[in-house]
Amino acid sequence: MKILVPVKRVVDYNVKVRVKADGTGVETAGVKMSMNPFDEIAIEEAVRLKEKGVATEIVAISVGVAACSETIRTALAMGADRGILVETDVAVEPIAVAKLLKAIAEKEQPQLIILGKQAIDDDMSATGQMLAALLGWPQGTFASKVTVEDGGITVTREVDGGLETVALSLPAVVTTDLRLNEPRYASLPNIMKARKKPIDIVKPADLGVDPTPRLTVLKVTEPAKRQAGQKVASVAELVHKLRTEAKVI
Amino acid sequence: MTSLVLLDHDATGIKQPSRSAVAAASKLGDVHVLVTGRDLAAAAAAAAKLPGVSKVLTADSDDFANPLAERLAALILALAPGYTHLLAPATASGKNVMPRVAAFLDSQPISDIAEVIDADTFVRPFYAGNALATVKSSDKIKVITVRAASFDPCAAEGGSASIEPAPSVDLPSNSRFVSSELSKSERPELTAARVVVSGGRGMQNGENFKLLDPIADMLGAAVGASRAAVDAGFVPNDYQVGQTGKIVAPELYVAIGISGAIQHLAGMKDSKVIVAINKDEEAPIFQVADYGLVADLFTALPELAAELEKA
Ligand SMILES: Cc1cc2nc3c(=O)[nH]c(=O)nc-3n(C[C@H](O)[C@H](O)[C@H](O)COP(=O)(O)OP(=O)(O)OC[C@H]3O[C@@H](n4cnc5c(N)ncnc54)[C@H](O)[C@@H]3O)c2cc1C
Ligand SMILES: Nc1ncnc2c1ncn2[C@@H]1O[C@H](COP(=O)(O)O)[C@@H](O)[C@H]1O
Repeated sequence: MKILVPVKRVVDYNVKVRVKADGTGVETAGVKMSMNPFDEIAIEEAVRLKEKGVATEIVAISVGVAACSETIRTALAMGADRGILVETDVAVEPIAVAKLLKAIAEKEQPQLIILGKQAIDDDMSATGQMLAALLGWPQGTFASKVTVEDGGITVTREVDGGLETVALSLPAVVTTDLRLNEPRYASLPNIMKARKKPIDIVKPADLGVDPTPRLTVLKVTEPAKRQAGQKVASVAELVHKLRTEAKVI
Repeated sequence: MTSLVLLDHDATGIKQPSRSAVAAASKLGDVHVLVTGRDLAAAAAAAAKLPGVSKVLTADSDDFANPLAERLAALILALAPGYTHLLAPATASGKNVMPRVAAFLDSQPISDIAEVIDADTFVRPFYAGNALATVKSSDKIKVITVRAASFDPCAAEGGSASIEPAPSVDLPSNSRFVSSELSKSERPELTAARVVVSGGRGMQNGENFKLLDPIADMLGAAVGASRAAVDAGFVPNDYQVGQTGKIVAPELYVAIGISGAIQHLAGMKDSKVIVAINKDEEAPIFQVADYGLVADLFTALPELAAELEKA
């Protein structure tokens, strides 16, 4: 079966972003960009399914500026077979991404689409659920274990009280949680091979989607900074201060 | 202007994050709530007592015995035309269902709001809480999840709403509940606790987490963890505090053997008082701690238990 994996180019998880002085957004110029960590987990899962003989082809898709092709290359180096870049300068929201992915899914006819549970830049945690809705497919979100059987898929999900397992008919959408797997590093030979794998470039208009955002960002501000605290010399001093100064115990 | 809030409930009543979602919805006008499940009489009665709620809709059937997103979304979609705003707490179930509803309504969800400015305008954190965006929605029906830690929950009693069954709708059959494995704990839930005591990789193994028990017992605390501690299998996944785990803002947060990565801070830096115990005085957690103790946790924790015992 064919698997689609949407991969987002985001500010690297090690970077602490700065809010722009004019309050229009965060500073991304000159900042290290990487594949969204949850999407690395999604690619890894797809590659493992291919290694098991369950998947036959993996298509990595990214929506965004031309540089997203680098993110697709990373996916190809990890084991995806080909890429699709939906090129746009618009800061796309989950609703637009979901519509674009739906259009691609209708053409590609995959049995499974694996996304990250959350993009660590917008922290929306919405695209996978929206895509599943638009396609009328079931969804296995926040997955920590995925098993594909004949015609169906079993997904163990991380929920608030622990774990929950659901069985879904295929085709289906899965979103990855942190414990699903540990993504591999691409080997040098695979990075070289990935350079030859094809990446198609399309525009939102080619897919019949208007990516204009629905949410207008009026301003972006920095959260209140915490006051610098104090070091205490002993456990006794700590407990004393919590009792008499902070009065929280 | 009327909002519909999807509530989470259990044997003890309406869960605290859901009461925070009701508090957020109350800022928008009249509030109706939806409870789903089986044998809902008690939950519906509890929901009817929430101040600010004027109507409780119940979907009481085997179909809703487990919260499958496909079914819940179909149900909420059928109710949606009567409302200007659809809300749920940003819990695992709220986050699972609400974007699905939004897509059916051609609406861009507003995830994890921390403030209500007006009917169209909300503040939401992004980039692991390192930035706050004020966003204005142009969608007809707003679909929202609520960051519970940012809204004081509404009281559990005081209201007297009517209770009526939700209309029955055709439900999809493309998903099926198989099983659940819920961690058992006598302690308060992380997102509702007044005190949270969390351990990190510095705890070294799951057995050592027992060192936190007497302290958590005396403080009436929930126990949490960093991702590193969960990934290493010291504690179950639902202990994880952070950007991609649970967001907490208790009166007191105690971080033990946790370095203070951006992703962890995102889940706890709005706590009222933060205590850090770490043997590395350079650990970034000390930059957000009100009280920092540079010490080996294996000596500090037994001392702390003993000191707390002295009334
Ligand atoms: C996509 C993504 C999402 C993530 N989401 C989350 C999240 O939601 N929550 C989260 O917590 N992390 C998250 N992380 C992980 C995060 O980046 C850090 O790796 C993690 O928080 C580190 O956990 P830690 O502080 O326990 O471990 P470490 O960073 O290894 O720190 C251990 C600390 O323990 C101290 N220590 C060791 N021994 C002792 C001792 N005997 N006494 C006292 N102190 C001691 C050390 O000095 C050190 O500071 C995420 C990462 C990614 C990439
Ligand atoms: N611009 C994008 N390009 C490719 N995939 C995306 C994009 N935006 C979101 N996704 C996918 O959707 C997931 C969830 O993103 P979000 O809903 O924004 O938190 C990500 O982990 C990706 O798999």
